[in-house]
Amino acid sequence: MTANDIVSRLREKFANDILAENDFRGEKSLSLKMESLVDVCRCCRDELGFDYLVDITSLDHFGEYPRYEMVYELYSMASGVHLRLKALVADEARPSVPSVSSLWPTADWHEREAYDMMGITFEGHPDLRRILMWDGYPFYPLRKDFPLQGKPSDVPDVAFTQPAPLAGGPFVTIPTDGTTQVREPRARRAGDEPLHDKFIAEP
Amino acid sequence: MSQTNPIAYDSKVEGNVIFTRVDAAINWMRGNSLWPMPMGLACCAIELMAASSSRYDISRFGAEVMRFSPRQSDVMIVAGTVTYKMAYAVKRIWDQMPEPKWCIAMGACASSGGMYRSYAVLQGIDNLIPVDVYISGCPPRPEALLDGLMRLQHKIMGEHAVEDQKRALAETL
Repeated sequence: MTANDIVSRLREKFANDILAENDFRGEKSLSLKMESLVDVCRCCRDELGFDYLVDITSLDHFGEYPRYEMVYELYSMASGVHLRLKALVADEARPSVPSVSSLWPTADWHEREAYDMMGITFEGHPDLRRILMWDGYPFYPLRKDFPLQGKPSDVPDVAFTQPAPLAGGPFVTIPTDGTTQVREPRARRAGDEPLHDKFIAEP
Repeated sequence: MSQTNPIAYDSKVEGNVIFTRVDAAINWMRGNSLWPMPMGLACCAIELMAASSSRYDISRFGAEVMRFSPRQSDVMIVAGTVTYKMAYAVKRIWDQMPEPKWCIAMGACASSGGMYRSYAVLQGIDNLIPVDVYISGCPPRPEALLDGLMRLQHKIMGEHAVEDQKRALAETL
């Protein structure tokens, strides 16, 4: 079964739920309505042979509406076909998505990661906890409005965070003839004044 | 790094008798039996393992006894990226080590956060525990770790623990 066959089968069955279709070098992407996501996934697994959920990712279209989007990467071991399913998350304040962990057990940890990093909750998930950051960490670091250097936080006896010294960007060097410490503003701590001119003036 | 022998032992003259100061003798013993607590957190730990294997052989410096119990360790080698999630665990292990104890920050990440200017990484283990020797490199070669260890030994040789204790005791009396 080729990717085209699979897409046409899905189009027959879910004619009203597939909003858009994209083809990039033979890889098919389908944009779905969120309500039909689990039904499409179940059809893909049971009838079309997608026995492997490669990954679940979430996108943050910051400044647009709807803001969040889920992406599911499916793979069929038998036919060697990739399929990408996408669905926009309607509610921006409390983004919530139906869980597919009942279909593919591997979705458990993928959805925990999306919950941890993007703050999207999954209805029907058996064990929705943070997976990388610790319980009590108050932010969702992969959201676009989360600064790269982080924010201060403190959970007593568990962990704390401090903003990292970025000096204007993640990898900034100052054009100067000075020493390595002068060239590398990151050698200074967060909160230090960025006294670039002063340092450039030094030999 | 020139270094005079604090023991000043000449077998031809002195036979089985050694004259030295208590501080020097204790420092000699401490410095040459540094049992590391290998705090391997990232790729630096691979170089740490290489340093303890046959080609580099950290046992030449008396530091081959990697103790995975902090209660038997003298020097904590923080080898790798210290994430905020791990930071208090490192601190807790450091607190469990008995005095006297030393700390080597091995590599860029343990020293300053390295390339991880990130919300998730502690910007240097010296934010939480006192560091005696910083080793540059990403990761440092085993030779760099051995050099750091020798510098720590040199530092230990210059300590005055017993002398200070005696002075403090005399003052209280």
